[in-house]
Amino acid sequence: MDANASDLAGWFERSVLGVLPDLVATAKRLTRNAADAEDLVAEAVAKAWIAIATLKDRERFRGWIFRILTNEYLVQRRYRLSSPEPEPLPDDMIDFSIFERLHQPFLLWWSNPEKEFLDKLLREDLERAIDSVPEMFRVVVIFADVHGLSYQEIADTIGVPIGTVRSRLARGRSLLQKALWEHARDAGVRPQPRNRDAT
Amino acid sequence: MNTQTIGCEEALRLLAEYLDGELHGSEHTSVEHHLKMCRSCFSRSEFEQRLKTELSHLGRVDVRPGFEQQIRQLITQFTAPTSKAPHDA
Repeated sequence: MDANASDLAGWFERSVLGVLPDLVATAKRLTRNAADAEDLVAEAVAKAWIAIATLKDRERFRGWIFRILTNEYLVQRRYRLSSPEPEPLPDDMIDFSIFERLHQPFLLWWSNPEKEFLDKLLREDLERAIDSVPEMFRVVVIFADVHGLSYQEIADTIGVPIGTVRSRLARGRSLLQKALWEHARDAGVRPQPRNRDAT
Repeated sequence: MNTQTIGCEEALRLLAEYLDGELHGSEHTSVEHHLKMCRSCFSRSEFEQRLKTELSHLGRVDVRPGFEQQIRQLITQFTAPTSKAPHDA
């Protein structure tokens, strides 16, 4: 191997290992399965090396390999990028807000239920909630909220218009909060007393 | 710069994009101004921001040591000279 190839190989390994915890985390949230997540990451790393010549700017490695990981997942899942929007959600799930469920101004002088709710949340509560969101919305929520990608970056990654990203993100977050609210009820971490929530 | 006054409904409609850093110019300024003036919307904003922060913590996990080793071996195989081209030595 010549010096340039050796440099490239060494750089590639360091770069992959540097983002490996992030890749595994994303793969776990996408696949919802630890073994499938590791297979997906390994496949993405292999594809990344094969396509290394297409990476023109090494500073963009992170976004580039995340795109490869996502594409691999989408291909494996036969995810149709142009698939039509799913059936409309019931009204109570279009704009579900935990804050609105908790926020009761007449009680706030003695408590802060929103803070109490968030303080009691465990990582596994969040993981269970996000894993319960349907794939089409979950992918967008993961990119926006877990990885902080811009709407344009998400649109480019999954190949949909930016307006679709906006709508899927809004619905995905609403579904996430609904699931979190229900998990919180099951785990007994909802602040008490609450009289606006009948579920 | 003129700051257009907006109400709670408009502020909440724009809140997600504001927290995502997707608002610019007058819309950004208007939401920012409203949040300084409205305690309820400010509280909502704080809640949503904190939930976003909690979600961002899901973006990294401890990698199983055996898996990191697997990836190292995989990369070594890919990047070995024989995998790209015949021996030139």
